[in-house]
Amino acid sequence: MIEFSLWDIVRNLLLAARWTVALALMAFVGGGVLGLLLLMARVAGLRGVQTILKGYVQLFQGTPLLVQLFLAFFGLGLLGVDVSQWLAAGVALTLYASAFLSEIWRGCVEAIPKGQWEAADSLALSFMQKLRHVVGPQALRIAVPSTVGFLVQMIKATALASVIGFIELTKAGTMIANATFQPFVVYGWVALMYFALCWPVTAWSRKLEKDLRRGR
Amino acid sequence: MVALDFTAVLQQWPLLLRGAALTLALTAVSTLLGVGLGVACAWARHAGPLGLRSAVALYVEFIRNTPFIVQLFFIFFGLPSLGVKLTPEIASVLAMVLNLGAYAAEIARGGLEATPRGQVEAARSLALSERQVFFRVVLPPALARVWPALVSQIVIVMLGSAVCGQIAAQELSYTANLIQSRNFRSFESFIVVAGIYLALSVLVRDVLRRLGVRWLFGGAGHRGR
Repeated sequence: MIEFSLWDIVRNLLLAARWTVALALMAFVGGGVLGLLLLMARVAGLRGVQTILKGYVQLFQGTPLLVQLFLAFFGLGLLGVDVSQWLAAGVALTLYASAFLSEIWRGCVEAIPKGQWEAADSLALSFMQKLRHVVGPQALRIAVPSTVGFLVQMIKATALASVIGFIELTKAGTMIANATFQPFVVYGWVALMYFALCWPVTAWSRKLEKDLRRGR
Repeated sequence: MVALDFTAVLQQWPLLLRGAALTLALTAVSTLLGVGLGVACAWARHAGPLGLRSAVALYVEFIRNTPFIVQLFFIFFGLPSLGVKLTPEIASVLAMVLNLGAYAAEIARGGLEATPRGQVEAARSLALSERQVFFRVVLPPALARVWPALVSQIVIVMLGSAVCGQIAAQELSYTANLIQSRNFRSFESFIVVAGIYLALSVLVRDVLRRLGVRWLFGGAGHRGR
């Protein structure tokens, strides 16, 4: 029987934590880009598009992420794609992030007074110019704290990818717990590592929010 | 071409029904205990002694910055080595209560802090005890103020409970896995289950909102609508 020292456990968990960070960042950036496109489609104000996008957001906010991951995993398989855990987790988390981010940002855009849109209209700016020069910069200022806050949610969400076999921090924890028979120690360390990843981001988001409030 | 066969899944409706019932039951119990815990923690952070205040702050921060699935695994797989053995259902409820408690504490604290000082002073000038002031004057309008946020959090916790199937609590997502292991209709069973979750989240949100407006706050929540 092999003996595992505490350092063996911690080192292997740290190695796996890289994949948690990589997956979270990938889904966050991908979801951000897609979410921005969805936001623009929603702000542009075509009624049919708005209804569809509202349903899209409702779909991702009203079902468990775990089920979304399973759907991506089995659904992509049905389409004849050779599904790796990377692909399934990446697709599901990116779509999930896009729905949440577009909804967060929509709130920020709607917080901009209507007069700003009208003023931009009266200057004969095009839709893109209005977004780029008038509404966008103001909305961005409000959006930053909650967007950073969502990054924390994203890091925590990647833990669910362990269920479809993606080896990140949680999955590595399960494997190591099974090998060492020390689930208390291993899951304790896993939790501490998530805390070490998330807490600084939470604190940063809180500081940004405070700054924003003071700036007004 | 992909042929989808939903009848094979829908034939298993008694299983689906049982799974949905357990999901709702887990959610109901966790909501009652979790909101209670949250209010207690919010009170402790708002007005409790200093030591308690920092202990609660630590608990809230720790829960909010770790994934639910890790909390659940820690409770279900980790605690037995300390001699605490729990059934999957009890472990699920415990994890959900601790999770909701932390988020509810933050939400309720926001409501408590928005209480106008004059209201507390007015209550004290009527010679109400501190306990009466808190439970009769401060708490009800504070909860009414944050009720929509609290309802959203409860729905999030319900959706999070899908993870409890991983420790063999036989809730809705466990049912999906069970059905697909019987008939290999994996995509279809998760589509059906996703639909049920969607319906449950709409239902729970609606029921809780009405409940809040009609009964819990005696109409005080009407402002929010």
